[in-house]
Amino acid sequence: MLALQILIDGFAISALYALGATGFTLIFGVSGVLNLSHGAIMVLAAVAAWAAASVLHVNTYVGALVGVAAALVAAFATYYAVVQPIQKSRRIANEEKEIFVLTGTLLWGIMIQELIAYFFTNNAKTVLPIVEGVVDIFGVRTPKNEIFTAVVCCLVIGLLWLLVNRTRTGKAVLAASMNPRGVTLLGLELTSIYVVVWGIYGILAGIAGVLLGMFLGVSSYSVGPLTASAFSIVVLGGLGSVSGSLIAAFVVGYLETLTAYLVNPAYRTIPALLLLVIVMYVRPQGLLGRR
Amino acid sequence: MTKTTRPHAFGSLRALLGATAIGVLAASSPAFAADPIKIGVIAEAQAIAGASIPQAAQLAADEINAAGGVDGRKIEIITYDNHSSSADSVRAFQRAVNEDKVNIVIASYISEVVLALEPWAARLKMPFITPGAASNEISKSVHADYEKNKYTFHGYLTSAALALSVCDGAKDLLVDQKHLKTAVIMSEDAAWTTPLDVGYEECLPKIGLKVLDHIRFSPDTTDFTPIFNKIEGTKPDVIITGISHVGVQPTVQWKNQEVPIPMFGISSQATNSTFGKDTNDASEGVLYQGVSGPAVPVTPKSVPFTEAFNKKFGNFPSYAGYTSYDEVYYIADAVKRAGSTDADKLVAALEKTDWEGTIGRIQFYGKDDPFTHSIKYGKGLVTGLMLQWQDGKQVAVWPSEVAKAQLKFPSFIKLTSN
Repeated sequence: MLALQILIDGFAISALYALGATGFTLIFGVSGVLNLSHGAIMVLAAVAAWAAASVLHVNTYVGALVGVAAALVAAFATYYAVVQPIQKSRRIANEEKEIFVLTGTLLWGIMIQELIAYFFTNNAKTVLPIVEGVVDIFGVRTPKNEIFTAVVCCLVIGLLWLLVNRTRTGKAVLAASMNPRGVTLLGLELTSIYVVVWGIYGILAGIAGVLLGMFLGVSSYSVGPLTASAFSIVVLGGLGSVSGSLIAAFVVGYLETLTAYLVNPAYRTIPALLLLVIVMYVRPQGLLGRR
Repeated sequence: MTKTTRPHAFGSLRALLGATAIGVLAASSPAFAADPIKIGVIAEAQAIAGASIPQAAQLAADEINAAGGVDGRKIEIITYDNHSSSADSVRAFQRAVNEDKVNIVIASYISEVVLALEPWAARLKMPFITPGAASNEISKSVHADYEKNKYTFHGYLTSAALALSVCDGAKDLLVDQKHLKTAVIMSEDAAWTTPLDVGYEECLPKIGLKVLDHIRFSPDTTDFTPIFNKIEGTKPDVIITGISHVGVQPTVQWKNQEVPIPMFGISSQATNSTFGKDTNDASEGVLYQGVSGPAVPVTPKSVPFTEAFNKKFGNFPSYAGYTSYDEVYYIADAVKRAGSTDADKLVAALEKTDWEGTIGRIQFYGKDDPFTHSIKYGKGLVTGLMLQWQDGKQVAVWPSEVAKAQLKFPSFIKLTSN
């Protein structure tokens, strides 16, 4: 009974972590950008969905779309207003650009966080679930919303896999992550590949944010922890490796759930962080990292 | 550290119009010859509980000034946003005292912040009142070293008194009316809940509720599924809460998971009028302790205050709004009685406070009481209320003198004694 409970709850939270981390690792894999405004964009999506539903009174589906759209806009804004100007700048030395991007996206994330707190207070908000009620799975009372979250996460990750492996655009993205110079030699514009990737990222982060808002709720305080959790999952899985991130998301999700059920809910995040430290010692490139 | 005006969702325009109105009012109000009485208000402008503090203080000051001030002196409110941080609060406190030359400070609803400011009140000899923190340590420190810490006043109930208030309500509502027998305590790990939990552990068995388990969790918790499942495993009749930093998330997850056990106790976020909206009405059936509530005539001053506040700011005050409003009034009263804003004279006058405010009759415990300078709890003074979210509104269900409704729960709650 308890085992089944852990299996179900762990799966939902892991799937959500996986979706959140996928976009983050994709951006890094393709363009080498560690986007530290990731948590802020996820929270923005959830708060936009909440605001659309409870302030403008649109229905839940439209609210969710508004949330995803907000994340998409924020992702493009991050690229055009923060990342691209730094990458194109001639006044910043090439070897310093990574650290500029890191700082730039961090500050951008804080700006979004403060704006959310200013306009909507730092109290938590929750998005009305698309499906409500509970079902009984062999004696475990499970919210339908939890199942919905897991299903949507798996579907979206599956679609992403199809996009990357089965379409021309996807293959170009994959090629850019392996060898950017080779892609330009083939006559493909690297910038347009980046734009596509940021678009995909925005949609992924938006869906993850809205689902998180429905499943657990978010507040402006969630920004830091969300970025940190995506970051540690991605580092654990191997920077830039999408499949590594997926595995790491499930490892972290189940480790947290096991701790919460079997040890103490107060220590939930500690074992995953210890694991991260151990992996850093034993295998610095992460579980499936290439470099 | 920044001085701020009040930020609020969609309220900026209203605030601007309001500010203009105050400007016009001030221009037409009586001329004040003497120096103003300056009250520094340090609060969490981005948190709903904290945002009401400067707003309510300003409302009280405007009312007092419109009536002629205190002995011809105007009350001036100077506000500082502390971003919910102790370090920012200390800087604001220093600035208020050293640069803005305030006469007294009202600060914060967070115990950790108030405990950080208490030594500064002693060092700078600055009278200081908190409208919303609860930790017992605030007034215990005053008792332990009176000469040094006498500048601090605790304008809200201590955690010990809060636990008593919850138990008094639980006895009538849960034990006598519904015949419940067992409870699990669920509280966040924070300075204010340590003494609260001690109080719960002590008083719940006395009223006839056996404590089956006690779960403390990190205030950063976002996923409450394991906590609720663990609680359900012990089959209690009721969950007794001690939550303030969290509130929206556990409530929504309680409803989404259809946890069949009622929640009863301290849930600070539930005191906010926006709680229903923030939780998409998952708040239905939540029972929480409060010192006042919209449309609850605790004293003849309560309802007029909430109406004036709602008219001016477009929402109802948080619990710390009521206390902050009362504080400005009894500070004015103390200045009048002391005939001065001298710190020591003001402290002596505040100790003799006997003021009917919006939450009851305010008096402070004396030097010999273990909770020196905390407001007195009890019948005829401040007893607190139990309120419940019903049909999107906060209604009083206890004590019977002010109760407007019977207990009502959503269908997934099974009210039985196991």
